[in-house]
Amino acid sequence: MMDVRSAETWQRPIPAGGNVVGEFWSAAAEGRLLIQHCPSCGARQFYPRQLCATCGGEPHWEQASGTGVVHTFTIVRQNGAAPFKDELPYVVAMIELAEGPRMMGNVTGCAPEAVTVGMAVRAYAVKVEDNLAVPFWEPA
Amino acid sequence: MGQHTTDNVAAVADRTPVIAGIGLSDYPKAPHLDATGHHVQAMQRALADSGVRKQDIDGFATVGMLGADEAPALAEYLGIDHRWFDATMTGGSSFEFHVQHAAAAIRDGMCDTVLITYGSDFLSRMGRVLGTGGFMQRAQRVSGPGQWEAPYGQTLIGSYALAARRHMHEYGTTSEQLAEIAVGVREYAGLNPLAMYRDPLTVDDVLASRMVADPLHKLDCCVTSDGGGAIILTTAERARDLRQPPVYVLGAAGSETHWYISQMPDFTESGAARCGPVAFAQAGITPADVDTIQLYDSFTITVLLLLEGLGFCGKGEGGAFVAEGHLRKGGRLPLNTDGGGLSSCHPGMRGIFLLAEATRQLRHQAGEAQVPNCDIALACGSGGWLSCIAAVILGREHP
Repeated sequence: MMDVRSAETWQRPIPAGGNVVGEFWSAAAEGRLLIQHCPSCGARQFYPRQLCATCGGEPHWEQASGTGVVHTFTIVRQNGAAPFKDELPYVVAMIELAEGPRMMGNVTGCAPEAVTVGMAVRAYAVKVEDNLAVPFWEPA
Repeated sequence: MGQHTTDNVAAVADRTPVIAGIGLSDYPKAPHLDATGHHVQAMQRALADSGVRKQDIDGFATVGMLGADEAPALAEYLGIDHRWFDATMTGGSSFEFHVQHAAAAIRDGMCDTVLITYGSDFLSRMGRVLGTGGFMQRAQRVSGPGQWEAPYGQTLIGSYALAARRHMHEYGTTSEQLAEIAVGVREYAGLNPLAMYRDPLTVDDVLASRMVADPLHKLDCCVTSDGGGAIILTTAERARDLRQPPVYVLGAAGSETHWYISQMPDFTESGAARCGPVAFAQAGITPADVDTIQLYDSFTITVLLLLEGLGFCGKGEGGAFVAEGHLRKGGRLPLNTDGGGLSSCHPGMRGIFLLAEATRQLRHQAGEAQVPNCDIALACGSGGWLSCIAAVILGREHP
């Protein structure tokens, strides 16, 4: 389960949800990090889709552990877009989940320079709206 | 049945696809032109270069940054009466995909003479915001696959930085090695009077430039500019009566590994590893036969991944290969002899410039930047976020 925290103010882009994927964002608001598993071919995938991108089958939701490692990352030092320009520098990373798939996220809770490839991280969720939370990551 | 006399063979027109004309619009800064103006000017210059009459164009491929209907609207504006049409949009590599498609269409007889154009007033209209955001509004709702990235403040440069960091982690590639790419390309920019930046550059200059998204410095990144280009392809048969020596399309292939950067399956390998071998097989040559390479250089890491994928060096060996100086002027594989996107111009999508420069080299019209004995050139575009890669192999000799 992810620790669910409230956002004091949220000025970042907001995921619009849509076909199939709304379930991901509402589950995150309850502390559950979802990926998909295909019962036909066994593939696991993120981001969620209406089909299994490997075999074309119908994937099922699966709750991920919320742990992973930093596969690669950057420290963004220049971004002209609000609100990010006021938050520089920050880490954008690809997190490899314990279950296999990767997802993009920010690593917080440590100095950007302390982040390394292979670093163990754990997910938490920041609640944007009643049924919408965005996953973030911090050192495990 | 099935017998061909000598006369019959001679009567079959030689439909081998060739590049017969190239034209570039004013760059790197052209406030007097809008995007359409770049398409127009580039087309006019390619027509003048080739000797093709506009009325003889019967195939048209284009892409731009104006919107979903830009291609058919441009065909109308330019007055192109096409019977073959292609609006494939893969970002910066679109034009290499267009050549792949146009070459097949010309061979097939679907059309005889294809115009490919690009035009952008990006710098004059938008300023230098492409790489580091500035588009997104506060609390804007993002739909589609972009919603898996938008909340995290990723930038275009940051996306390429993810690949650079992983390559460094797996193979020990260094910032000094990446900088070497920018330094070599700048040397050629010094020979291009139109290039945006022409002063010599050192590895230390690159490393001392501002870090934009670790590990990419400002001078690991391409410039932002205005500009456009046009290419005219036709049959070898028709090219005999035209102005320029024909440049033959020997091979062309493309691939897509992902679109959004967070879906990149292997951050150390581009789709060049898939399409490169296909293009080489078509051409019947190996990387050792290539005399110059025009590779998409949106960022230094882009060049490194294309080099490795195309097989000019082994996977993970790109850093050492670059440091040996092969890509520099006087090296055995000169890179981006017009000064590239890193120093000359990069108007949003640069793939058409790669084809134009490869053609100039193969015609032996590159002046001081001419690669000696240049018989085979390779142009490889990268579009999106290292997403869609396409390679085109061109030659002086009839295949």
